[in-house]
Amino acid sequence: MKPGHGEVLLAEGDLDVREDEQLLIEEFRRQLDEGMWAAAPTERPGSGRREAQMVRDFADIPADAQRVIFFPRASGG
Amino acid sequence: MLLLLTTSLIAAALAAFVLTPPTIARLRARRQRRVVAAPQPFDPGRERRAEQRARQLLRSCVNDAEWAMYRDLGFIRVDGRRLPDSPVDEGAPAPYAYLIYPHKPIVAYVPEDGRLLSEYCVEFPDLTGGGRTRLPASDDVLAKWMAITSDEARVIGRANMHLVGRQHDPGHVRRDIWRLSEWERLGAGDVGARAA
Repeated sequence: MKPGHGEVLLAEGDLDVREDEQLLIEEFRRQLDEGMWAAAPTERPGSGRREAQMVRDFADIPADAQRVIFFPRASGG
Repeated sequence: MLLLLTTSLIAAALAAFVLTPPTIARLRARRQRRVVAAPQPFDPGRERRAEQRARQLLRSCVNDAEWAMYRDLGFIRVDGRRLPDSPVDEGAPAPYAYLIYPHKPIVAYVPEDGRLLSEYCVEFPDLTGGGRTRLPASDDVLAKWMAITSDEARVIGRANMHLVGRQHDPGHVRRDIWRLSEWERLGAGDVGARAA
């Protein structure tokens, strides 16, 4: 990350629109190819407790996820 | 309504990836110039704005009590994985928990007696800036939170483990655990108790 940015919107779209879906898939793959980790904030069924779910494939994104967050992969400090 | 569901892809603190070709070209040019140009001067205003955005993102992702904890105490506690044979009781104390600090190692401890277990040094290095920059503090906390809550074994496996004391002052951590217990005793973590 560059100082002064915080989060950056990479792509957004409607999954029911084919062009949008393709755009999201391509961006998703590009981020993973760049070495990023992807996680979708979710809520645990029942308790409603928030947690994250790592996703390695676009098809793994939970159906109720509104967004996917990419962040640098962890390494030992 | 489900048909209208939109999905967004967000890079937490990853500014170097932009969609349009002209922008990419600009970024490449900037990267090339960086070889000879002096690094960008520190801009406290820019850093502050980035941190404000990071706090908003963090708040939108974590539980309300966790956000309040971070806002009031400066760290977040996340329960460790429950053992397979442990009772499935959400209210029961976890066998161990983590304290997530910004830009400091994650600390594992036993909530029941406050015993410090170890510190896990983990970083999320900037992949686009040659490692010279780092995430805003709240993005660092969010990255750790997402990693711990989604795939604890993977992030802990990548971390360098040490006894508490290498980067953290054990006395300071014990004081934080005491602050946390007092904070919870006073009900400060009750959702909606105070405005952000």
